[in-house]
Parts: sequence; structure tokens; C-alpha cells
Amino acid sequence: MKLLTHNMLTSNIIKGVTKGFPLGIQVSKLEEKSVDFNPDFVARMIPKIDWSALKQAASDVGKGDEIPADIVPQYEQNEDFLKKAHHVLMEIEVIEGELVCPESGRKFPVSNGIPNMLLNEDEV
Amino acid sequence: MSTPDISHIKSSDYQLIYEPAEDSFLFLDALLQDINFIRNLRPVTCLEIGSGSGIVSTFLAKELGCPVLSICTDINPHATEVTKKTGLQNGISLEPVLTDLVNGLGERLKSNVDVLLFNPPYVVTPSEEVGSHGIEASWAGGKCGREVIDRVLPLVPNLLSKIGVFYMVVIKENRPDEICSILMKSGFTMVTVLSRRSGPEFLSILRFTRVDYR
Ligand SMILES: C[S@@+](CC[C@H](N)C(=O)[O-])C[C@H]1O[C@@H](n2cnc3c(N)ncnc32)[C@H](O)[C@@H]1O
Repeated sequence: MKLLTHNMLTSNIIKGVTKGFPLGIQVSKLEEKSVDFNPDFVARMIPKIDWSALKQAASDVGKGDEIPADIVPQYEQNEDFLKKAHHVLMEIEVIEGELVCPESGRKFPVSNGIPNMLLNEDEV
Repeated sequence: MSTPDISHIKSSDYQLIYEPAEDSFLFLDALLQDINFIRNLRPVTCLEIGSGSGIVSTFLAKELGCPVLSICTDINPHATEVTKKTGLQNGISLEPVLTDLVNGLGERLKSNVDVLLFNPPYVVTPSEEVGSHGIEASWAGGKCGREVIDRVLPLVPNLLSKIGVFYMVVIKENRPDEICSILMKSGFTMVTVLSRRSGPEFLSILRFTRVDYR
């Protein structure tokens, strides 16, 4: 699971959880994979990203200092910024670990790079 | 066109997950026919519900030839595993999520999905057969084959971006006209991209776009 995908996951599917975002990450296996850098794609993805959640996710996996705390102005033309965003969004993958609901503490396992968001009947 | 390489999937896998069949291949043909239309949307996010082997999302990502975020959900854990592998086998990075429909993704993907793909369990079966996490989930559609489809339709207007397009597979028994009128109420228009008879099934690929987008 890329941090880009993590940015799209919430746990407010659990009964009683209102926001459920961002999910904490407890990682036991992380991989870095190189992905072709496409500045246009990254720039068009940025508006869909919750940046503070991305920053937090990066910190959770020990990569917090690889991106700035905020989106920079005119990022579309800022190749340095886009490259950092690309790296953190696209190249860092959680292979094994757990995603943690910020409100209930419910853990969602990630195994083989795949998050398991299935709930038990009594949770919905 | 090149059909994705699925030679890594063993016959033992097909005891656990849906083996690409006529419906899957008709879906690929329809996406290929529409590929310029889809490319011109300049999609950023694609979402497939029920990716099974992953053949459809792999095909689309390959044919588009530009990067997209391809999130693939399935309720069957083996399907999510195979989806990931099928992507990699074809040089495509898919992002599988094990979940029921789009649970856990619906909030953040709201108005963000540019291409939504769905080849549902569409076979007419007794209602009791719906809701498994195993291979039965590949086909069991309950009454009119609509029980899973009818849970997805209300999600479509929320998920799709302004330019978003929704493709789905249906058989005649699913009553495509009724599906059309359900989504028409939310401001969508339908086109039948392709139809084909395969044994007892009359399959169609439907495409929905927002009426007010031109
Ligand atoms: C007809 S198969 C299509 C597989 C693949 N997309 C293809 O075209 O070959 C339907 C898929 O939907 C999945 N599915 C069924 N119910 C689901 C649900 N509630 N949530 C997510 N996936 C589901 C099944 O496990 C199966 O993989």
C-alpha cells in the first residue's frame, strides 16, 4: 500500500466513529520502490491529498522529514517539491503492519501490502 | 491491444477467485473502444469494485499509458492478492484494498473518482447465496442479479468526479433500463458501449456520464 492510498482510507465505517482519519500506521515492513516521476500527474494529484495526513503518515513510517509540513505556493512549477511529494506518495509502500483508527483504536491489518478494511458484523 | 498476461494465475487460484470469462473480455473490448474518450478525460483516479483477477484494471492502466492511481477493491482476500500480482506481472502497480464495496474509501474518494469500473456478481441466484467472501461472491447476485448492483448504484453519484465515468457489466436479467432510470434521477446519462451473447447470457457494457458534463 502506497502512502497515496493510505491518504484515501478512513475508519468512520465503524459504528460510533465520526471522522476516523487519518489512520495511524504501525509498520513492521516497509519497502521503497522506484516509480517513474511524472510531474504533471503528481501536480494534479496534490489537490486531492490531505497534506497534513500525508505528513503524519510519513512520520509514522519514519520518513517525516522527506516532505515539508505544508504544500508550497505554486507547487505546479516547483520540481523539487513535486519530486518529494512523488517519492512519499508513490514510492514508499507499507507491506506489513497495522492501520489504527484514531478514535476507537481498532486496528486494520496490512499484509502483503494489502489493507484489510473488513469489519465484523457487530462493528457496523 | 494486448490482453494482460495472466499466465501467473494457476488453476488452483481459479478455485478461489473469478477466472476471466466472456464478461471480463467484453469489458476489455468496451474499454479499448472507448480508450480515447477515457484518455481525454485525463483521469487521475480509477477505482474498480470487485477486481477479481485484476485483469480489467491492469488492462485499463496499460492501455491508458499514463500514470493513474488504480485502487481495486474486492471482498475476497485471494482476489486482492491475485489482483496485486496481475498488476506486477504486467508492469502496473495496482492498489488493492480488501473491503466490502468501497467501505473505508468512500469518504476520501468522494467526487474524486474519474473512472469507476464494476463487473458485478450479476447472476440471478437465491438471495441466501449473496454475501459470501469466497468464490460464490463472484457471481451470486440474488434477486434479478441486482442485490450487489443495487448497493453500488447509490454510491456512484458521490464517488464520481465532475468528469467521472462509470462502466459496468450487466446481463439482460439485471434490467439495464431500470438501472438507467435509477442513475438518470441523479443526473446521469447511459450509453450501451457493447453487447454480446455468450451462451445463455446476453451481456452488455454500460457507460454512465453526468448529463451536465460536455
Ligand atoms: C464477476 S467477478 C469480476 C472479476 C473481474 N473484475 C473480472 O471482470 O474478471 C465479481 C467480483 O466482485 C467481487 N465482489 C462481490 N461482492 C463484492 C463486494 N460486496 N465488495 C467487493 N467485491 C465484491 C467478487 O469477489 C469478484 O471478484
